[in-house]
Amino acid sequence: MSWYIAIGIITIGVILTLIRALKGPTPADRMVAVDSMTTITTALLVLLGLYFKRYIYLDIALVYAVLAFVATLAVARYMEGGL
Amino acid sequence: MGKLSRFIFTTLVLFILWLFLTSTFKSQEVLIGLIFSAIIALFAYNSFTEQGLKNLSPKKVFCAFLYLPYFFWQMIKANFDVAYRVLHPKMPISPGIVHVKTKMKTDLGKLVVANSITLTPGTLTLDVIGDDMLIHWIHVKTTDVEKASEEIPGVFEKCLKEFLE
Amino acid sequence: MILNVIGWFLIYFGAVFLFLGALGIVRFPDVYNRLQAGTKCTTLGAFSAIIGVGILHPAWLAKTFIIALFILLTNPISSHALGRASYRSGVKLWEKSVVDKCKEFAECVEERNE
Repeated sequence: MSWYIAIGIITIGVILTLIRALKGPTPADRMVAVDSMTTITTALLVLLGLYFKRYIYLDIALVYAVLAFVATLAVARYMEGGL
Repeated sequence: MGKLSRFIFTTLVLFILWLFLTSTFKSQEVLIGLIFSAIIALFAYNSFTEQGLKNLSPKKVFCAFLYLPYFFWQMIKANFDVAYRVLHPKMPISPGIVHVKTKMKTDLGKLVVANSITLTPGTLTLDVIGDDMLIHWIHVKTTDVEKASEEIPGVFEKCLKEFLE
Repeated sequence: MILNVIGWFLIYFGAVFLFLGALGIVRFPDVYNRLQAGTKCTTLGAFSAIIGVGILHPAWLAKTFIIALFILLTNPISSHALGRASYRSGVKLWEKSVVDKCKEFAECVEERNE
């Protein structure tokens, strides 16, 4: 039971950031929402890894965190006009 | 600093990272990890570190251990602060961008101070230009440069001055 | 037993703050305030939830520690990059903002004038 509550709370968080990503008036708003969404999703992946007892989920979370960081930096440079 | 000390420091950091990632002590894995850390360090030590083994002097390690609990305490306070502002129906915020001066000289010092400022109550580093930092403050108390410098990076710099410079 | 309690406490602590950070992103009025809520809450939330998983299942502690440390180090940097990029690309502050010292610096303003 406690698994479902914890995963449910985090999933609601992902949905809230998704609302902001769809609504956001400027591209910067959308990017901020997507950046937070990737961090929340990393935590969710680790939790799901323990729930399903699969060690491989941790590797996926690590690679996901690295790629999200690089992607955010790339989009930020693009918005600045330096790419 | 000597090239050898920088090379050894890089190898050490990469090897510890490898041990954490594989989380095993089988002799084959450890050996392969050591060899590959040395190969990567050979190419990367130049841009990885400037101080080399000096980073591990007892004084610095001790100061880092003193700094970490304080940093985590500030981070938890920052989170309750944001939670209060989010959940309050009227949202008590009066945001603004203020300008402060930092005393740190090295690039690493500026990076650590900027990251610490971002994670502590109500402040977010927007830009670092030389010695000047532009900080977005969620509830502006003062717009004066001197007073804001006392208020925001002052506390961190006292801790970090010892540890990084 | 006691490890179990600590692990679950950390996971719930993290989950609640992740939720609050997401709520802040929806509620706050402009990009910079959203960035504040997004960075602080998601960093501590993800950190404590991931460490909590590591404490519940000690065989995974080393790897979860690496993931949590990575998030702790990189999240402020990406938020800093986003904030700077949105200021330079001309996103306005909220109309009730008190002060904008950034205008005084040539580096910030030059791209806005184009």
